[in-house]
Amino acid sequence: MVSAGWVERIKESSSEAKVLPGILRPGAYFFNGDEAAAEGAIAANGRFFAAYPITPATEIAERCAARFPECGGMFIQMEDELAAMNCILGAAWAGAKALTSTSGPGFSLMMENLGLGIMLETPVVLANVQRAGPSTGLPTSVGQQDMMQARWGSHGDYEIIALCPDSPQECFDLMIRAFNLSEQFRTPVLLMSDETIGHMTEKVIIPPAEEIELVPRRYTRAAPGDYWPYVPDEDLVPPMARAGTGYRYHVTGLTHDHRGYPDLDAEGQHQLLWRLKNKILQNQKKILSFEMARMDDAEVCLLAYGCSSRVARSVMELARERGIRAGLLRLITVWPFPDDLVRDVAGRVKAIIVPEINLGQIVREVERAARGRTKVVSVPHAGGGLHTEPAVLQVIEEALR
Amino acid sequence: MNPETPKKGTDGGDELPGSDGHPMDRILRMDRMPHIWCPGCGLGTTVSCFALAVNECGIDYDKLCVVSGIGCTGRAAGYLRLDGYHTTHGRAIPFATGLHLANPDLKVVVISGDGDLSAIGGNHLIHAARRNLNLVVICVNNFIYGMTGGQVAPTTPEGMKATTSPFGCLEHPFNLPYLASSSGATLVARWTTLDVRQMVNTFKKAFMKKGFSFIEVISPCPELYMRRNKLGDGLAMMKRFQSDRLVKHGADPKEADLGATGKILVGEFVNLDRSTYADAYFRMVSQLAEAKSVRKEEAKPGGKSPAQAGAKAPEAVGEPKAKPRPAEGDREGRGPEKKAAGTPAVATSPP
Repeated sequence: MVSAGWVERIKESSSEAKVLPGILRPGAYFFNGDEAAAEGAIAANGRFFAAYPITPATEIAERCAARFPECGGMFIQMEDELAAMNCILGAAWAGAKALTSTSGPGFSLMMENLGLGIMLETPVVLANVQRAGPSTGLPTSVGQQDMMQARWGSHGDYEIIALCPDSPQECFDLMIRAFNLSEQFRTPVLLMSDETIGHMTEKVIIPPAEEIELVPRRYTRAAPGDYWPYVPDEDLVPPMARAGTGYRYHVTGLTHDHRGYPDLDAEGQHQLLWRLKNKILQNQKKILSFEMARMDDAEVCLLAYGCSSRVARSVMELARERGIRAGLLRLITVWPFPDDLVRDVAGRVKAIIVPEINLGQIVREVERAARGRTKVVSVPHAGGGLHTEPAVLQVIEEALR
Repeated sequence: MNPETPKKGTDGGDELPGSDGHPMDRILRMDRMPHIWCPGCGLGTTVSCFALAVNECGIDYDKLCVVSGIGCTGRAAGYLRLDGYHTTHGRAIPFATGLHLANPDLKVVVISGDGDLSAIGGNHLIHAARRNLNLVVICVNNFIYGMTGGQVAPTTPEGMKATTSPFGCLEHPFNLPYLASSSGATLVARWTTLDVRQMVNTFKKAFMKKGFSFIEVISPCPELYMRRNKLGDGLAMMKRFQSDRLVKHGADPKEADLGATGKILVGEFVNLDRSTYADAYFRMVSQLAEAKSVRKEEAKPGGKSPAQAGAKAPEAVGEPKAKPRPAEGDREGRGPEKKAAGTPAVATSPP
């Protein structure tokens, strides 16, 4: 017994540029970051959710469990994160806009099939509400320790897109953007939230549906019989075909050619790997997003992302009060890393200060991009809480001494 | 990359490169032949039976998807001219779950091996059976990991040698039909690759079945299982099938244990009906929609009061009525204020 119009609506979720019924009425709401992320998924026409419960991401699953059935969406709680990640890949091939959510330990399990998603070029969204690790670590407390795993966690070589929200509002907004980027580049996109943002409750504005821009899936216009799944368009992204529509394509996690058939030699590997990498890198400008505050006259730059950028922002104000010309560069797109932007900033300031809730992950990228043009200082934090403002301020003062 | 012009595909078997117009061309990817399977292996037979069953039962090719994991059997999806997905090791079932639940009009078939489905993918197998997902799982059991060179599997009979059990397997093997049926599968069968007619018939039954079907196909692996254990060639295993197999429809799957020698119980062991996950889900969806329309009716000025709505309403609404409605803004667009679960928001001060 399939609900009337079900399959049609699932198809529309990916083929339509307009927001489908199900989105909340426009207005101001009071949501935590996890709930806002779930609502963002619905606003982006996300209509398939599969996950395994894990703190601090559970509220995303709980809200989707309550909301998806009434929005014409499918919800299933899977037996583990390996299954959840695979399930959304299958759903995407069947025409759904699909997502999953997790935290550190589950993120590790999802790495295997994040790679499959990249290899099959499957548009899906994975939200990771980061907690402190390694292993079970601090299940209910904040960390930003999966940033390098986000970049390199699945085996093999690839590019990834990762966005970091700094508020519940941005959980909503960036969830929509994550879906759009996944469709635009036919690749899994990571929403790298964290426990602080996920459990922080703030005002979230839901805009009118007509103000939300959605990127529909790039379905092939070729006739069945004239279609191969990996013949890319000019931007290196190949159009897709929905399961069950007569195209009868084959796709594989093996290295493959344009037909989707295994192509197991160095030349085939070279062709595929560079296209997968370049489809992201060549389009980097369309993916990058960041925020700059008081950087015009800055002598020192605080570079931060996610919850740490909220601390960095108030440290910036404190420093200004003390006569230090501090500015903030908040990365919203962390992967692909904005090399040019950071290099440019490095040429203008005496130091870049990088507070993050890990023992120094993104700071490595900053050092690499800065190429010695300025002093780059890490402000590590092992997790379980945020940096204190005086501690970061002290690092700034020492760096300028 | 400058790809060649794609060649004709769908239903135009004779237009495909390498095709000689054979009836099987409609469903096999002749441009992928020859296949990688060894002489004497039962995988060719299994795929032939699958193709015959598809042709005979008249199922729409375009609505049939095949998903496989990794290993020798995992390659089956690549030889079938259907929407085919060759996924990661053990994960064919969850991938198939996504395909099926996003589009329940599809018939999704998983073809994979014993190691893929019962070792690394064992958890997915039991949960898919428990949920009674409308999937067909064809598990080709050759008692060994073939693709990686003959390592011991959860199906290797006790005492048999493999590269990672050089002195004999120490473990008791899975009885897969028993595992599937006790987990909740609604169609459970086993055949050997000698039983081609029976296999075709069971496949057809499974394609038409609504619910989780699990079909184990016992297949010879002459190169990596039989040679090492001095069991002869593929033909020798077929002879063993002929002499040792015991057809017993409706048999208790508990009795279907397999040893290196002795009887091989085959047949359709289980065939029953119960609600699938999709059925239950769509029932819930329609109940929710009904409850919503009842609420709207009640909210109308002059609309029926809950008492007036009649005795029908509670029945139609059922359980979900008790569920609080998810947040929805009131007329001012002000959403219900909810407290954050778990850790309270850490005090930070954005400007």
